[in-house]
Amino acid sequence: MEPPFSWIRPEPWGIHIVPADIWVDPSRPVARALVTHGHADHARGGHGETIATPATLAIMELRYQTRAGAMAAGYGETLDIGGGVTATFLPAGHVLGSAQILLEHAGERVIITGDYKRAPDPTCEGFKVTPCDIFITEATFGLPVFNHPPIGEEIAKLLAAREANPDACILVGAYALGKAQRVIAELRAAGHHETIWLHGAMEAMCRLYEEHGVPLGDLRLVSDATKDQMRGHIVMAPPSALGDRWSRRLPDPVTAMASGWMRVRARARQRGVELPLVISDHADWNELTRTITEVNPAETWITHGREEALLRWCELGQRRARALALVGYEDEDD
Amino acid sequence: MGQCAACGAQLVEEFAALLDALVYTTSRNRKLALIAAYLRAAPDPDRGWALAALTDGLDFPAVKSNTIRTLMMDRVDPVLWALSRDFVGDTAETASLLWPEPEDSAPQPDMSVGEVVERLSALTRATAPRELPGLLDRLDSNGRYALIKLATGGMRVGVSARLAKTAFALAFEVPVEEVEEYWHALAPPYPELFAWAADGGEAPDLAHAPRFRPFMLAHPLEDGVVDLADYAAEWKWDGIRVQIVRAGGVTRIYSRSGDDISATFPELLDVLPVDAVLDGELLVRGSAQGGEAGGAASFNALQQRLGRKTVSGKMLKDYPAFVRLYDVLLLEGHDWREQPWKLRRATLEGLMPRLPVSHFDLSQLVEAEDFAALARIRDTARDEAIEGLMLKHRDSPYVAGRKVALWYKWKRDPLLIDCVMMYAQRGSGKRSSFYSDYTFGCWAGDPDAGAELLPVGKAYSGFTDEELKKIDRFVRQNTRSKFGPVREVERKLVFEVAFDSVHASKRHKSGLAMRFPRIHRIRWDKPAHEADRIDALRALIKD
Repeated sequence: MEPPFSWIRPEPWGIHIVPADIWVDPSRPVARALVTHGHADHARGGHGETIATPATLAIMELRYQTRAGAMAAGYGETLDIGGGVTATFLPAGHVLGSAQILLEHAGERVIITGDYKRAPDPTCEGFKVTPCDIFITEATFGLPVFNHPPIGEEIAKLLAAREANPDACILVGAYALGKAQRVIAELRAAGHHETIWLHGAMEAMCRLYEEHGVPLGDLRLVSDATKDQMRGHIVMAPPSALGDRWSRRLPDPVTAMASGWMRVRARARQRGVELPLVISDHADWNELTRTITEVNPAETWITHGREEALLRWCELGQRRARALALVGYEDEDD
Repeated sequence: MGQCAACGAQLVEEFAALLDALVYTTSRNRKLALIAAYLRAAPDPDRGWALAALTDGLDFPAVKSNTIRTLMMDRVDPVLWALSRDFVGDTAETASLLWPEPEDSAPQPDMSVGEVVERLSALTRATAPRELPGLLDRLDSNGRYALIKLATGGMRVGVSARLAKTAFALAFEVPVEEVEEYWHALAPPYPELFAWAADGGEAPDLAHAPRFRPFMLAHPLEDGVVDLADYAAEWKWDGIRVQIVRAGGVTRIYSRSGDDISATFPELLDVLPVDAVLDGELLVRGSAQGGEAGGAASFNALQQRLGRKTVSGKMLKDYPAFVRLYDVLLLEGHDWREQPWKLRRATLEGLMPRLPVSHFDLSQLVEAEDFAALARIRDTARDEAIEGLMLKHRDSPYVAGRKVALWYKWKRDPLLIDCVMMYAQRGSGKRSSFYSDYTFGCWAGDPDAGAELLPVGKAYSGFTDEELKKIDRFVRQNTRSKFGPVREVERKLVFEVAFDSVHASKRHKSGLAMRFPRIHRIRWDKPAHEADRIDALRALIKD
């Protein structure tokens, strides 16, 4: 008999499910891939066959202009992926379409979370706690200093800054997939119904969200606006555009950034951020540790992020844990 | 939050908000406006304490960074603390984020800045660990950050003393030069300063106080030429610029930033026989600078004396200090500052016979026929181990700060050497996620014959933000091993390092220490084995 869990093998470029010869979030092209969510570091193009949720497949199609080899898996649906392994996609609460993947083989249960959070998000389904033997978790914000405040507080700061700067615009740097739509949806929920101006790179993704039933209100493109039209308004752009020449077309922008890294002053200063908004689509320290406690697996594997601290926490709580050295996952802008 | 309705006192939270606003503002004008608005809104003594805190003018000996770390060790696992501290890059901020929120969330009484200062001042090393938690429990994470910064100093919010003084002047529409003059003679929370500037009271009476006057500074002479009929030249001695002041029989020595360093140089406190304010270079006796005639040891020797609060007899004997005088500002009740330099110079020369030669001499003028001849003399500065030349307009009044075309400094060109990066360390503060401090080495022999690199220096400046990103990437991709915040890297990146001088040193394995090393160019193109050898660097020692 083979040793327990030898059917699942972490390699530097992804997690290999050996009997099915299928990879989870591989960072290089493979014949068969399971993809947790649409962020580019997890959902790469060029696989022969890609199994993901319908929304993730739509996001990948938007990014890579192809649906070749796409196979949809709805939340809660159990698929036979070959070699005696089944895969079930469960909501991860990270972005639209994001999933944890529950893998079962020979009575052993493994969950790969991809990226996730526990805080409520109007743009995607919430994380579902599911029991398993091995829990493979991210640790992007795996340090006890990361404590994301309730998003309402940060949205209130953004609206107050807008109020205080009627002649300027508030330029919010936010990841184009997920963060931008969440901030817009939360602004709407807070009663802000004015036009929100978008960088061109965000338009298609916002439209995709709306097609998936996430209303975002009146959105228009910066390229269609005059400076005066944007005064006193909120403008959204990908973080890379903040210090870019593109922003010269804006009326005296106050630079904001929506990111979990904004918790640390030096990080905000490095990016020249004047209004840091601590908004993240990843679990903070308390969410990570609470999730491990609730799932209560026999063993925790940590894929990427600040794995040393989470390992230490597991050690202190006498939980078995190990860090996987996966390459290619980025965390700079979230 | 905000002002206490009952008493008008400025709360810690409000000061915390000011600190945060300063952290996130890069614009100087915006910083000035923020500080000015705070000073106008806050009452005494809160505004004075805040001002002192911003300019590192507060000291609570019972609370040090280590006190905070010890408190945290009782509350957080040491490994999690170390990982967090390393990531955040600042002890106060890490502690403010990791401090456990009190279980009992009953509303806490408000605290004013004044109250916090009062309570911090009352702490001793013994009581601090008991009392601090109660204060921290009353604040949110931003408030805790402000409190710890207030207690331990080192605000790092990009506010220099000069900026704070300018903001003060702006807030109350008073001349910044006057603010600077009074400032250093008064103690926090500066009630007399606010009474004068904010409340229209009398100017502080400092006639009989040995107070600091703002220094006159020089612009670098880039590629310009001056007419020696208009400008006098003197050596730019390599010591520390000081102002020695005697008033009412009391002598004080101030550094360039206006810090009182009298305690470090006790031998100079009873040798000035007249009430005066003199500008000069503090040096240690020796012959490194300008040979026997120069009479001054290298900066390296002076460094043995700096930063000490108590000075041993041996120190006084081995490294005797004296002041080489440049200028006179006040003498026996007469203010010479508005007079032309040539008159002040004559006055100073007239004063010299009255000063003890044991502790004072005069910075000699450097005579040259014309500018070209002066340039040739400057070229010998290297051999004389002197920093360069000063050029002073013969008609220049003594004015605070840098004024165009009055004084120039004309430094000798830096020395250059090619070194190989060996270690990189993560920066602090704004650079906390970047590998920005580099240790570099030179070859101990022929690299092709297997010689090793030995570290010769460390630099963290001289590159642009873009270059920093590129080097940071290089470090991450070429790491050999990690030691906490330090990475040892593959020996393949060559830095052309500029430095002012090099000295023998027992502190480094290479036996050498560079002065003012900075990255001059990054030689992405140059193979490491073509970098310089230790011998080449050793040949430049002039001690």
